[in-house]
Amino acid sequence: MSAPITYRQPVSRLWWLKKRTYLLFVLRELSSIFVAWFAVFLMIMVVAIGRGEASYQNFVNWAASPVVIMINVIALAFLILHTVTWFVLTPQAMVVRGPGSRLALTTKEVNVEGRWVSAATAVRVGGRLPAAAVIASQYAGLLVVSAFIAWLVLR
Amino acid sequence: MTKRHLEPILWLLFSGGGVVSAVFLPILVVLFGLAIPLGLVQPDYNHLHAVVSYWLTRLVLLGLVVLMLFHWAHRFRYTLHDGLQLRWETPIAVLCYGAALLGSLATLVIVLTL
Repeated sequence: MSAPITYRQPVSRLWWLKKRTYLLFVLRELSSIFVAWFAVFLMIMVVAIGRGEASYQNFVNWAASPVVIMINVIALAFLILHTVTWFVLTPQAMVVRGPGSRLALTTKEVNVEGRWVSAATAVRVGGRLPAAAVIASQYAGLLVVSAFIAWLVLR
Repeated sequence: MTKRHLEPILWLLFSGGGVVSAVFLPILVVLFGLAIPLGLVQPDYNHLHAVVSYWLTRLVLLGLVVLMLFHWAHRFRYTLHDGLQLRWETPIAVLCYGAALLGSLATLVIVLTL
């Protein structure tokens, strides 16, 4: 017996250059590289701060070099792309319910030791927040967090 | 089997990392990546040291960095796999999550010994 022969259309390695939406998708995925970069950057900074003032000054001088500034400018652009696209995706990935929601009784088929039986269950229905409200509340959160961090560092 | 058990956890870490990156990173990059190095703002060293050494800041930094690393690992894994149509599925996954795990352990040591 040989395995069934299936035909898979070969996909070009440059498929993501064929459409603007594909390109945007790949750019969004690439934003993760800058998330990792900034995790490393943050930890280098924290170590430098822990080692004393001279060490911190060395870190600031390194961060001020043209190459590192250039990387962080590109990183900021990618991270803004990440923030905007992530906020848009949230209401598509999860249902956020507001105060208008209520519990409703229903039945559900469950498998008990190989037999399907009906069981009573409660589900939350109604009050689903529109996507725009979910997106707006995320921007509000972003604003509050940003203001708090800026205040904490600069006060 | 282990793969099937791990996948939801990896997805959860990816998703948590996506949220914290979206909310925390723009201001952090503007402040520490651009404004401070360019000399636009110059916070006092002792103040920064006090803020960073506070236990809650260390805890937040640990959570933030670990989630960010696993967010990268998960997304980058699929970028290599789908984007570049690379075939070495398992080595790519091991390398990505392995790097995130090592980075997380290093971060743990850093925040504990600060």
